[in-house]
Amino acid sequence: MYIIVIGGGKVGYYLARALLDEGHEILVVEKDQARTQFIIDKLGSVCIRGDGCEVTTLTEAGTGRADMFVAVTGEDEDNLVACQVAKHKFNVPRTVARINNPKNEAIFKELGIDVAVSSTNIILENIAEEVPTHPLTHLLDIRDKGLEVVELKIPPDAKTVGKEIRELSLPPESRLFLIISKQEKPHVPTASTVIQAEDQIIAITTPESEEALRTALRGS
Amino acid sequence: MKIVIMGCGRVGSRLAGLLDIEGHSVTILDTDAYSFRRLPAEFGGTALVGDGMDDETLKKAGIEEADAFIALTQGDNRNVMAAQIARNIFKVPRVLCRIYDPLRRELFNSLGIESFSPTTIFAQMLKEKLEAGEEAK
Repeated sequence: MYIIVIGGGKVGYYLARALLDEGHEILVVEKDQARTQFIIDKLGSVCIRGDGCEVTTLTEAGTGRADMFVAVTGEDEDNLVACQVAKHKFNVPRTVARINNPKNEAIFKELGIDVAVSSTNIILENIAEEVPTHPLTHLLDIRDKGLEVVELKIPPDAKTVGKEIRELSLPPESRLFLIISKQEKPHVPTASTVIQAEDQIIAITTPESEEALRTALRGS
Repeated sequence: MKIVIMGCGRVGSRLAGLLDIEGHSVTILDTDAYSFRRLPAEFGGTALVGDGMDDETLKKAGIEEADAFIALTQGDNRNVMAAQIARNIFKVPRVLCRIYDPLRRELFNSLGIESFSPTTIFAQMLKEKLEAGEEAK
């Protein structure tokens, strides 16, 4: 595949290196002369100097035949515009933009970027998974259905410990489908399953009932 | 009309002053409060510190009730992004945008962003002035 990478900073450089190792044809577009030279010294002649939002630079880069276009500069607006130019002027089939401000994820999707990657969100998600007391972790978004798969941990002092699931007032949009408990094997919960301390519960819910689900399961 | 202007440079501040005198309700945004020194002393609109690419700032500026949004920062891409947020997300009826790069302007114009390139306009004007001077000789 021919992949064009806009921005030769740390993300762009290591991305280009990894993609080259996978056998792809890569071209990095970088604004800074010294940085361009650095990439050429390290990776060979796979970098040109220029503005990745300018039509002339992108023509020179052969954007018309690119299979994928990835914009990873430190500025969200530059990544957005570079991808839009690639998409609408050069008909690149797939555009990927790096997002620094997590708020821009929804905006980029709305404005026609195929994939918007927020490094801040990815790190936040990892932190949430690592921190044991975090009440609710997002595992998966099923965006077109407006659903999400979440994980909840039952703290030892939760009021629901020892209760059966039928006693809990779960929101109607939520379904529990797996309990991973300390002692037993993972099991599918039924109405008579008893909640135990430190159970990990995997559930499907809507973003709106997330809070109600958390409250129902932890009893607070 | 309620008008939100992003970027209080020379053009932004001047436009804000002109619209304000005509009785429009003007809110002007800039990330640097020092830029507001350019506004005329009698400016009666609102000057708000904030980033016009941020939806919260735009809401504070009253974008939801705005009749027009004009993007006039120094950065073409910032203008393009803010203009698209105003148009596609907040459905502002009239959105104008400055894009210095003529090729980029052409592209975003074709994508429905009403944009102007001072580069093209000013170069053309200078050329015409020069040629008119030649003819007068």
